[in-house]
Amino acid sequence: MGKLLALLLALVFAVSALAKEAPPATSDPALEKRTMALAEELRCLVCQNQTIAESHADLAVDLKNQIREKLKSGMSEDQIKDYMVARYGDFVLYKPPVMTTTVPLWFGPFVLLIAALAGLFYYILRRRRSVEPQALSEGEQARVQALLDSSEEPP
Amino acid sequence: MLRARFLIPLAIFIAILGILGVGLTLDPREVPSPLINKPAPAFVLPQLHDADKTFSQKEMLGKVWMLNVWASWCVACREEHPHLIEFSRTGAVPIYGLNYKDERADGIAWLARLGNPYTLSAYDHAGKVGIDYGVYGVPETYVIDKAGVIRYKRIGIVTPEIVRDKILPLVKELNANG
Repeated sequence: MGKLLALLLALVFAVSALAKEAPPATSDPALEKRTMALAEELRCLVCQNQTIAESHADLAVDLKNQIREKLKSGMSEDQIKDYMVARYGDFVLYKPPVMTTTVPLWFGPFVLLIAALAGLFYYILRRRRSVEPQALSEGEQARVQALLDSSEEPP
Repeated sequence: MLRARFLIPLAIFIAILGILGVGLTLDPREVPSPLINKPAPAFVLPQLHDADKTFSQKEMLGKVWMLNVWASWCVACREEHPHLIEFSRTGAVPIYGLNYKDERADGIAWLARLGNPYTLSAYDHAGKVGIDYGVYGVPETYVIDKAGVIRYKRIGIVTPEIVRDKILPLVKELNANG
């Protein structure tokens, strides 16, 4: 029984040892934090809807190492971003810069929102106008009066 | 008038359908490269077949040449390979290989089995030169002019159509200019 338990425990530990991720190349937690923060802002080009931080693609791992190395050598975050853009284009940035080609991307949603609000406003205004109170005709006036008079008497 | 108003949602629907339809035909992997019309990034790498010798992009100054990034593990490269062999036979432009993140023995065996269209291949085991060239999906192909400037980049397989319609006219034009 004891042997079996020991075997089971050994197996469990063996599996967890395998599952453990490769240790980061640096033991400096501040550097690691900066590396990951920057990696969050960069698109993985192999798996385009992930950031480099999320991706386990080979290239993403390489680029993470590249970021770490460059931070270590004293480059600033912006310099590293420029380095990436020079190689992979603006597409690599999850926050694209405001340029003539990206203006619709940045401001399109606000234009749509304003257009929708303007449409709603126009619609409400028009509806209110269309149900404007109209004066009653003489016949209607007489009927209203008759109804009011009749209701004054107890049923 | 009333009928026309009911057609507006239909028109909007068709317009959206059209935009989405066009979107389907675009390839999101074709990211415009910022490297076009920029100098080819400098590198010195050992050669694949002879680790003692090196190859640098500098050696190609004064020539129009093609750099093809490949790897033995890359499935699409295998598909591309016969087209490259065929293209290399025409001798229209020297083709150099960049063996990307590969094992040396695997790369050599791959060329031995499938044929070698390259004048020579540089061996980029760590993939650092690949990063400098903005490589993210092998195969990738660059056409570099006499001044060492990248004039064309293809991400993905070079087909005979691309050779005929894009690469050959460009090589002719670049060779004619100075």
